[in-house]
Amino acid sequence: MAQFTLPQNSKPVKGAHHPAPEGATNVKTFQIYRWSPDDDSNPRLDTFEVDMDSCGPMVLDALIKIKNEVDSSVTFRRSCREGICGSCSMNIDGRNTLACLKSIEDVKGDVAIYPLPHMPVVKDLVPDLSHAYAQLTSIQPWLKSETPAPEGKERKQSPEERAELDGLWECVLCFSCTTSCPSYWWNGDRYLGPAVLLQAYRWIADTRDEHTGERLDALEDPFRLYRCHTIMNCAQTCPKGLNPGKAIGEIKKLMVERQG
Amino acid sequence: MKQTHSMQTPLARVRGLGSAKSGLSHWWHQRLTAIAMVPIMVASLILVAQIGMLDYQGAIDLMANPLAATLLLLLVLVGFFHAALGLQVVIEDYVSNEGARMGLIITVKMISFALAVLSIVSILKVAL
Repeated sequence: MAQFTLPQNSKPVKGAHHPAPEGATNVKTFQIYRWSPDDDSNPRLDTFEVDMDSCGPMVLDALIKIKNEVDSSVTFRRSCREGICGSCSMNIDGRNTLACLKSIEDVKGDVAIYPLPHMPVVKDLVPDLSHAYAQLTSIQPWLKSETPAPEGKERKQSPEERAELDGLWECVLCFSCTTSCPSYWWNGDRYLGPAVLLQAYRWIADTRDEHTGERLDALEDPFRLYRCHTIMNCAQTCPKGLNPGKAIGEIKKLMVERQG
Repeated sequence: MKQTHSMQTPLARVRGLGSAKSGLSHWWHQRLTAIAMVPIMVASLILVAQIGMLDYQGAIDLMANPLAATLLLLLVLVGFFHAALGLQVVIEDYVSNEGARMGLIITVKMISFALAVLSIVSILKVAL
């Protein structure tokens, strides 16, 4: 059966408490999920009190400050700190998002930070995304065309054709949507999930691509595509404001359309 | 997600047995039957309410009307078809053991089919 509760050894317990420095007046509390494969123990929630007068505005700023000044073992992915690289996706205040785009001010009360849900944890806030990345590879996210590109020139698209890709190309592959999807939680071994299906549609919708039919063939599967039950957590959580649910709907429409 | 300890690469696991090349008709029929059920259900509720207000002979006479009998047959056919499709999705979603999944889906389909036939025979017996 689908597993609805965490196994005993995955239940987080109360962890260390790091109080704010003396004299701090503007304090915000962060509860951070900690787990290391090296310790043979349950995950724990460490509490960090951060002086907001010496901290940047985003959750990622606080994480970096904590790592620099309090506990250097806090582990998380980050790179661009401006919502382009998609590295710092995590569950903040109960919602998957990018730590660099999530304003601390927007969180009422303590800031709870967990890794992306329902993925194996490598350490602390770092999930193992190998399976999701392999799913992305499986849809062949690159332009496939037999016709060679015009000599010394790019393949052409009309402005309208190019506009079809708006709302798709902006995806930074942070997998916030995929890991927010209950259908992916239960059947992620076979269901491709919203992020990968949005990418699949990005190439299906690309008028320069000549393999639309093969792409649809590869998706026509009760699990790969049709596990989407339009729950729409994906669209609600996307830190870039995209709508993977709509992209999946467009794929389903094309499936019907080609039946004639 | 299911944890495996196989030495397979992640891509080999994702590609698995390949695409089933089906799934559209299941999804499409579920949508079509859902839409069809709206008018059928409304009309059936009205019909059943009317039957409830009649005496025994009056109720049988009403069900013998071809329009009423057709409506009830549609309710049974479309309803059981839609229910079987929907239950299959629920089972596929929540039962991860392959054997149990397939066994339950087959059971649901057989029971739905048998109940639909029973309902049809019952309606025809009254209507004809």
